[in-house]
Amino acid sequence: MQISFTINGQAQSVDVDGQTPLLWVIRDLLDLKGTKFGCGKAACGACTIHVDGEAVRSCSYAVKFAGGKDITTIEGLVDNGALHPVQQAWKEEVVPQCGYCQPGFMMATAALLEKIPQPTDEDIDANIVNVCRCGTYYRMRKAIHRAAEIKNTLS
Amino acid sequence: MKNVRILLLLVVAAVVAVSTGLWADANSLPDRDLASEEATIEYDSDFDKMMAVLTHKRCVNCHPSDNYPRQGEDSHIHRFGVQRGDDNHGIAALRCETCHQHDNNNYSGVPGAPEWSLAPPSMAWQGLSRVEIAQSMLNPENNGGRNLEEIVEHLTEHELVLWAWEPGIDADGNEREKPPVPKDEYIAAVKSWAANGAIIPEQ
Repeated sequence: MQISFTINGQAQSVDVDGQTPLLWVIRDLLDLKGTKFGCGKAACGACTIHVDGEAVRSCSYAVKFAGGKDITTIEGLVDNGALHPVQQAWKEEVVPQCGYCQPGFMMATAALLEKIPQPTDEDIDANIVNVCRCGTYYRMRKAIHRAAEIKNTLS
Repeated sequence: MKNVRILLLLVVAAVVAVSTGLWADANSLPDRDLASEEATIEYDSDFDKMMAVLTHKRCVNCHPSDNYPRQGEDSHIHRFGVQRGDDNHGIAALRCETCHQHDNNNYSGVPGAPEWSLAPPSMAWQGLSRVEIAQSMLNPENNGGRNLEEIVEHLTEHELVLWAWEPGIDADGNEREKPPVPKDEYIAAVKSWAANGAIIPEQ
């Protein structure tokens, strides 16, 4: 099945079984390794990407649904070489420990900030339900508030 | 002669044992007609048959009386505190579509169907009796302004409703339970119930 979409601003076309999880297309065919496989059942959020601006768990997203869509992965969050406010905040707050789950958290956060520019702790708890086994939640919460500050300063 | 008697006794004992099942174990029981042993539930009316489906977890899990979807065979509150949101499709960055797409995903075990979402609060069924559900379903103030024809259409044709008979497998590969009435029988019962006046029985 031929499927065409845009990923990180680049047009792409792949010929794969339509049921293939988009995650595997991103990692194995397109060689974008920033998006991680965690649980494989849409629970942990390590594989979170954006599809048409919405946060999506790519392990549970059949590639056939990606046709004509605009996909963004962690590699595409950078804008013309400038770190996304979420990435900048993650650096400032030194969030990652092992780091494995962080791309998913950052993608979920970037999607959140587009909808709720100034999220409260309650907004964060309700919307960012990814799993971090290192337990970096406290630093992430600080980083999310910091990312909101940076983003709102820029806009 | 004594040996012949002993041999004869052994043969007789073996025949008796086999014929009485003494040697049979769980794995060697003769095949039973399991289909004929499965109790076929008899419903007294089209209403009963329809409501046996509408009160099943495959329906009620998405008709909660609060703001949290249910999931699983035990109808537990959806993991991660997933919420209804203003449009019944979840909240800002945690939409139903974050995980659920237009069909079941058998790699992840995440179910999916078109328009995957919660029923609106006015269509809350959790905790209601069959009669109360039917009354609510027929009430235009609760049912989105649908008339009877539109209700029947929703109940018998909507892909999200009919997903109940194709619920797919969970993350462990286990098939989800289907409603207790076959789909064609359910559809026939809904249409018959409506054609005969959509009568809701006494409490």
